[in-house]
Order: sequence, then C-alpha cells, then structure tokens
Amino acid sequence: MTNEVLQNWQFIFIFVALSPIFPAAPVILNRLLGPQKPNAIKQQTYECGIETVGDTWIQFKVQYYIYALIFVVFDIEAVFLFPIAAAWGLLGLFAVFEVALFIIILAVGLYYAWNRGALEWF
Amino acid sequence: MNPIDLLIATLQLRLGEYLVSVYGSENWVFVVRDVLTVLTISTFCLLIVIFLIWLERKVIARMQDRLGPNRVGGRYGLLQTVADVLKLLTKESLTPAGADKWAYNLAPLLIVMTALLMWAVIPFGPGAMGADLNIGVFYILAVSSVSVVCLLLAGWGSNNKYALLGAFRSVAQLVSYEVPMVLSLLIPIILAGSMATEAIIGAQYIPFLFVIPLSAVIFFISALAETGRTPFDLLEAESEIVAGFHVEYGGMKFGMFFLAEFIGTLLMSALFVTIYWGGYTLPLVNLVLGVFGLPPIDLASLAWGRTLSLPIFFGKVFVIYFVFIWIRATLPRVRIDQMLNLNWKFLVPLSLVLILVVAIVDKALPANTNVWAYSGIMLLANILIAVGAIELLRRRGRQERAAAEAAHDDELADISAEALPAAHH
Repeated sequence: MTNEVLQNWQFIFIFVALSPIFPAAPVILNRLLGPQKPNAIKQQTYECGIETVGDTWIQFKVQYYIYALIFVVFDIEAVFLFPIAAAWGLLGLFAVFEVALFIIILAVGLYYAWNRGALEWF
Repeated sequence: MNPIDLLIATLQLRLGEYLVSVYGSENWVFVVRDVLTVLTISTFCLLIVIFLIWLERKVIARMQDRLGPNRVGGRYGLLQTVADVLKLLTKESLTPAGADKWAYNLAPLLIVMTALLMWAVIPFGPGAMGADLNIGVFYILAVSSVSVVCLLLAGWGSNNKYALLGAFRSVAQLVSYEVPMVLSLLIPIILAGSMATEAIIGAQYIPFLFVIPLSAVIFFISALAETGRTPFDLLEAESEIVAGFHVEYGGMKFGMFFLAEFIGTLLMSALFVTIYWGGYTLPLVNLVLGVFGLPPIDLASLAWGRTLSLPIFFGKVFVIYFVFIWIRATLPRVRIDQMLNLNWKFLVPLSLVLILVVAIVDKALPANTNVWAYSGIMLLANILIAVGAIELLRRRGRQERAAAEAAHDDELADISAEALPAAHH
C-alpha cells in the first residue's frame, strides 16, 4: 500500500521535473529560428501606438481584494470538506449534524458579506 | 526484449507490466515506465492541440455559415494549424523594455506545466493512467489553481496596463469560479466515497450525470469560466482590454498561452467525462446488457480492453468538447458584474444547498438501498433544487423588471409634467 502510494507520487515528481521541457522546447526553438533585431520602438509597451503614461504597477481596485478574501474562506472550507466527503459513508449521525452546522455557518458568512454589499461590483 | 511483444505491450497500454515482467520489479523499471508515460501524455497533449485548434475553427466556421480553414492541407484545411505553428516558430521573440524579465518569461512555461500536470490522474483505460493518486480530484484542483498565479505573473510582468487589467479580471474570475467547482466536485466524492479518479469511475453503475445532474451542470459552468471560454472570456475581451494578460506576448510565448488554454479545455472535458459520465467504461451499455440478463462488458479483463477504452474515452471527451465549442458559437460575452453575480449570488449558494441536501439524503437512505431507488431519489432531489432555484431567479427577475418599469413610468410622468405646460404656450 505505502509502496504503491510512493510509486504514484514518484510519477508526479518525475512529471513535475520533466514538464518544463515541453513548453521550453518550442520557446527556445522560437529563439533560434526567429530573427533577433530588437530596437527601442519595437520594445515599447503596446498601447495602440500611444506612448504609455504613468506607472503601470499601481494599486488595484479594492473589490478584487474583497472577492479574494471571501474566496480564501470558501477554499479553506473546501479543504476541510474534501476528507469528510471522501469518508462520508463511514461517518455517523453526529458527523452529519456537524457538517450541516459547518456549511450553515459558512452560508451565514456568505449572507453577511452579501448583505454588507461585499458582492456588489461598482 | 522481443520487439513484437514490446509493440503489442505498447498498443495494449501494458508497457509498465511488460517492463516489470522483463526486468523483474526493480525500482528503476518504474522510473523508465514513468518517464515514458510522461513523454507519451505530454506529447499527446501538445499534438492534439494542433487538431483541437483546427476543429474549433472549422466547427465555429460551419456554425456561423462560413467555410473555415480550407486551403492548407487539402480541402479541409487540416494542415492550417501546422502552418500557424511554423509561423509562430519563426517570429521574433521580443521582451518589452519595461517588463519584469523573470515574471514575463516564466509565466508561459509555468502555465503549460500546470495544464500538462493535471493529466497525470486522468484514467485513459483500466489501470492506464499516470498515477492513481488517492487524492486525484483534489490534486487536479490544486494544480489548476496554480494557473491563476501564471496569469498574474504574465499580466504583472508585462508592464502593460491592458495586461494588468486583464490579469486582475482573470484572477477575480478564476478565483471566484473555483468555489462552485470545488463544491460541486464534493458531491460525486460523497457518492463514490473516494477522491481517486479510478474509484469514482468504478462507483458509476449509473453515470453520475443522471444521478446528480445539477452538480454536473454547476461543474460545467465553472469549467467554462475556469478555462476562460465564452461566455466567460472577459479576461481577453478584445474590445475592452485588447487581448488581456497576454497582450505583450508574441511568437511561441504567446503560443504557449494558447496551448495551455486548449489543453485546459480538453482536460476539463476529460474530467467531466471521468467524474460524471463513467470515464472509459460503458455504464449505459452495461445497463442495457443488464436488462437483457447479459454480463456487463469488463474492459479490464479483456485482452485488448485497454486499447478499446481509448476510443471510448476520447469519443466521450470529444462530445463534451463539442459542447464547449457549441457554447462558444452560441452565447455572447457576459459583463464582469454579471459574471461575479452569477457565481457568488447563484452558483455558490446553490452548490452549498446541493451539498447539504445530497449529504443528508445519502445518510437518510438506509445503507442497503437498491441502486436504482437511491439514484432515483437523488435525481429527484437534484431536479427539485434546480426547479426551486430557477423559480427563485424568475421571481427575482420579475420584481426587478417591475421596479425598473415603475421607475421608468415615474420618469416619463415627470417629463410630461414638465413638458406639458410648456407646450400650452
């Protein structure tokens, strides 16, 4: 059992180690086959022919941050729910109530965020 | 090593077993097998994309009453994409002056890596898969969320305002739709009692598509959004932000984003087939055989079963892939607020309710319930929730329309009240 699990993960590690080759090969081939004549105008930031004004790396809209916060809550919830879902057939009545309570607490959280206008795009 | 045996082993997708039988079970045999599997899966993915791009262009063209590619490579334009790839290879590979070189060059590599790595746990046939991880579905979700990082790297590293805006949008979209996708995938896991993809296929006596259709629909919608396809392609809305996060990319670096998108879409189709449509098995055919009292087809016990499973699996995958293309040809693009509202105000609450109901129904039914009764009750619960949700939406829509009409009438009344006295003079 343990050996099998390790073999499976060995495959994943080999895959991770080899997978950069597949995107890197065409990009390097492109480097070798394509012309290399850089100049200042060619390397300008593309903005439909107009010179770019001001700094690009600016502060972003706070809305994205709020969505990201709600996402983190739900994603962590999912991490907790996955093992429970996989073992669902083995769990007793107590676990059912516990999970129901867990999901309801999150639903209340979503309702709160919704009510406070965190889900409105403006 | 007998070349004929090797060929047969390869054709039957039994290379691993063959290598072990030839060399004994030393560990490096597994390393050789793993390297060969990685090369096969990855090469297959890279090559199939050439076909997928052709297919997409041709199908969309026919749906829009155009001819599509029809010059390069015969009257069906089969070599059009090959020509495009060659063109991309001979383009100058630029790095914009203001770009963050590391982030800019790393993003296209990383995004293809994540798209390829997800294929490790997709079963192509009985036992013919990269790694039967016991956390298979979880692994796919984990790897797929790395692509968010790639998009942000690309958008941020390009030092272009459109690219950055596109990256923000993509991150908001991918991050949001990951929630309903994760939640809807919990439901087949509850039913199958395992996260391993092969175990989920094994649990589908009746395909989950017909047991928990609502979960399948939620998964499909989130898959559309996760792969950034129409109607959720606003991360590359041409008319607003040019090409989105990859606007500064050219040549093969751009090609890599394109590649990752197509591999990702094919993967989502494969995942849908695996989780909701019985993967490489033939559950529906087996059900029909069962009605006539015949034994089910067990691909694992047939000599050429693994080879046979490939056309079955890819036939199903291409049916789902066709639906992806079909949707692209049918629906217009949504706005960002509509996209986020659909997710957070509809799909997330809906999938939470669905999980609760499915989990409780699963526990409420006695453990020895007949599979048909179990599936029927589950299907009924799904349909009831779907009908309820749609009814709620309709009521909400009607109220909003009524409010808008009332506001419009008030406005008209105000205008005529102002305009009428003026008309008398």
